[in-house]
Amino acid sequence: MSALLTLTPEGLYCPAGDFHIDPMRPVARALITHGHSDHARAGHGAVLATEETLAIMAIRCGEAFTRSRQTAVLGQKIALGETIVSFHPAGHVLGSAQISIEGKHEGRLTRIVVSGDYKRQHDPTCLPLEPVRCDIFITEATFGLPVFRHPDTRHEIDRLLASCKLFPERAHLVGAYSLGKAQRMAAVLREAGYDRPVFLHGAMEKLMAFYASRGVDIGETRKISAADRSGLAGEIILCPPSAINDAWAGKFPDPVAAFASGWMRIRARARQQGVELPLVVSDHADWDDLTTTILETGCSEVWVTHGEAEALVHWAQTRQLRAKPLHMLGYGEEEDSAAAEDATA
Amino acid sequence: MNRFAELLDAIAFEPSRNGKLRLTAAYFRATPDPDRGYALAAMTGALSFKYAKPALIRTLIGERTDPVLFALSYDYVGDLSETVALMWPALPGLRDHPPSLGEVVNILASSGKIQLPGVITNLLDRLDEKGRWALLKLITGGLRIGLSARLAKTAVAQIGGHHPNDIEEIWPGLTPPYEELFAWVDGSGEKPHITGAAPFRPVMLSHAIEDRDFESLSAKDFRAEWKWDGIRVQAVAGTQEDGLRSARLYSRTGEDISAAFPELAEVMRDPLFGQCAIDGELLILREGKVEPFGALQQRLNRKTVTAKLILDFPTRIRAYDLLALGGEDLRALSFLERRSRLERFIASLPPERFDLSPMLPFESWEQLAAARTSPVEFAAAENAPAIEGVMIKRADSVYVPGRPKGLWYKWKRDPFNIDAVLMYAQRGHGKRSSLYSDFTFGVWRSGAAGDELVPVGKAYFGFTDEELKRLDKYVRENTIDRFGPVRVVTANKAQGLVLEIAFEGLQPSPRHKSGVAMRFPRISRLRWDKPAGDADRIETLMALIGPRR
Repeated sequence: MSALLTLTPEGLYCPAGDFHIDPMRPVARALITHGHSDHARAGHGAVLATEETLAIMAIRCGEAFTRSRQTAVLGQKIALGETIVSFHPAGHVLGSAQISIEGKHEGRLTRIVVSGDYKRQHDPTCLPLEPVRCDIFITEATFGLPVFRHPDTRHEIDRLLASCKLFPERAHLVGAYSLGKAQRMAAVLREAGYDRPVFLHGAMEKLMAFYASRGVDIGETRKISAADRSGLAGEIILCPPSAINDAWAGKFPDPVAAFASGWMRIRARARQQGVELPLVVSDHADWDDLTTTILETGCSEVWVTHGEAEALVHWAQTRQLRAKPLHMLGYGEEEDSAAAEDATA
Repeated sequence: MNRFAELLDAIAFEPSRNGKLRLTAAYFRATPDPDRGYALAAMTGALSFKYAKPALIRTLIGERTDPVLFALSYDYVGDLSETVALMWPALPGLRDHPPSLGEVVNILASSGKIQLPGVITNLLDRLDEKGRWALLKLITGGLRIGLSARLAKTAVAQIGGHHPNDIEEIWPGLTPPYEELFAWVDGSGEKPHITGAAPFRPVMLSHAIEDRDFESLSAKDFRAEWKWDGIRVQAVAGTQEDGLRSARLYSRTGEDISAAFPELAEVMRDPLFGQCAIDGELLILREGKVEPFGALQQRLNRKTVTAKLILDFPTRIRAYDLLALGGEDLRALSFLERRSRLERFIASLPPERFDLSPMLPFESWEQLAAARTSPVEFAAAENAPAIEGVMIKRADSVYVPGRPKGLWYKWKRDPFNIDAVLMYAQRGHGKRSSLYSDFTFGVWRSGAAGDELVPVGKAYFGFTDEELKRLDKYVRENTIDRFGPVRVVTANKAQGLVLEIAFEGLQPSPRHKSGVAMRFPRISRLRWDKPAGDADRIETLMALIGPRR
């Protein structure tokens, strides 16, 4: 590891600037890429993140999530110790950013970009990813296998709408992560001309309202009360993934269990979760977008934080890039931690 | 092909049996011949393509993609057809004329070994993801998509309002694409005749008995016999119109397995057997002693058998029912009546190939429970390892194909239990794919440097989906080393996960490092609470080898 960035038990650490990025335990100063709970944890001394990410953290963890907040404006350079950092859109969820660190590395001026989670596909709810030229690119690999090629999101939305038309007597429960995926599903439904209200599980409400307050067109949404459920035949209901097979779901008229996730491309994954209508919609880059992005950064070295690291490392090496897996634990658990959070929300 | 692929895809995500049935019946109604017939053949395992083997598919994908990326993808997805279907690099412009299922079957059947790679490549290029998946499932044999042959036949029966057993009875005489069968269920043709002098009759199956069942069942209404640890077979003999003798051995699903057991078929061609259908257990016997299942395994799934194999593993059918004799259908008679006919008939047959499954006299459920727990005291001691439990049959039960309620019960012996420590994990296949779900576990033994773990078995089921998620997470967080797809997890006296393993038996095995092989091991409980140091030792296991008491 270089002096510019190392791996500590807390996560990625920059000694030259004395800060961590997306640490998994409380630290003095944290730079946060985005608001998913596996990256944005409460209890740090100071947090530097985009304005949207700070707001999301306050919604999810309470206003007291950190002692001191600093807003990062996209593209603006900030001096931290012996480094210059800047934030750039990552296209993952609202407010998500890649973090660029410039400083001395093995005696040479070097730029490292920590991508956080990112995607390249169409998403009306956030700014698209901007590839940043760099020397070392630190990437995720949630879908780092060539079997993962996400279809066009609109195509998947059309499949959902076709199912609603085919089964007007059944409620369509769409499992979607409460930060990012749910809002994106609503927004793309609107783009597809769907004008019925979209119904929301209670856990979806706060973040949906936050997105709407930031000008994202999600159309009319309605929180459902227990009494409404039996009357929602033919409607689309957004809920946390853990809810689609819950007792909660049983009160809807003959519910269709749908799940919007990149994992849905693998049949066994869908079946393991009792999904009848798998919708392949992901907020992570698929194989083609991972490899394209790495090439577009012009980097000579790739570090892979989490996910299916081996395949991406192998691919990078066949392109004469230096590459290594970091095997970081704790990322990619948004599903689990968010479900626990939602349950208490 | 696209319609067939859509059907397979829909079935794969349909959780209920009735839903699958509805989808399949709708497909058979809407699809013309011969496509629907080939689909039925695919679902019942009646199609096989001699040269299209998984190895060929691997070669083809190897020519199009990086082998390392393929290996990692296959390890993750856990299904060859799905991996290839998802990874296959699409060439643009070839998808305008996707082939029909009938076309695909004809192309594959008429292609020789040399042409086949080119033919399959071309088909893969012409199909979309779903179509590729269906094609690969079709040609690599055994669709294994959560749809049984029985269900497919039931769907066909539904079209014409028939009973699925009507289909089963004529099934052995039918061949793909089953135009005659579909004409009959559509109402435009006659019922196909039962052909052959030795037809299969759908078998009667039992329910596992539960503790509360004993409260409502009276011991005097039932008869009992041992549950033998072999395979269920139906031995049928008859005389053809041309006077030649015909003999068949069927598995319980109606698959003709005569070719694997020529010595039995030969005996049954003797006129002594007349026209008969015997229901029984296929066993290996040496010097009057029933061998454990392991011995029989040497004879299963073989296309050809050598004379030596026949001599070394002598087969015998232990008969427990008689469905037909001398042209008379006995299935409507009571169990006791069938049994007395069976006893008389078996007495006339060569005893080294056919004998009777003895009745187990009992007057109360307690008595039967004692026999089940300790067969050694109730049966010839040396046969105990081949006894799986007891079968309980109503004395007045007629022979009803399928799994009727309240007539036949099986009461298996309780499994053995040991506490072992998780050592290695691998990603699973099928339903468990992409999660760490194949677990190798070990027990303690004394080694040169103190106690060490020695692997004693592998288990990949016995846990709930919730537990699997937790296990998968545990493996990922406690990996200390990787060997290809295998992860080594922390396992020492202080730290490690204890798994309670249930299994049916143990055999000495020189091939295994521990010297023992477990039969049918599965995880019965996850002992998150138990210190790894307290797991069992190899000596405990060794003491279990040998006849069970």
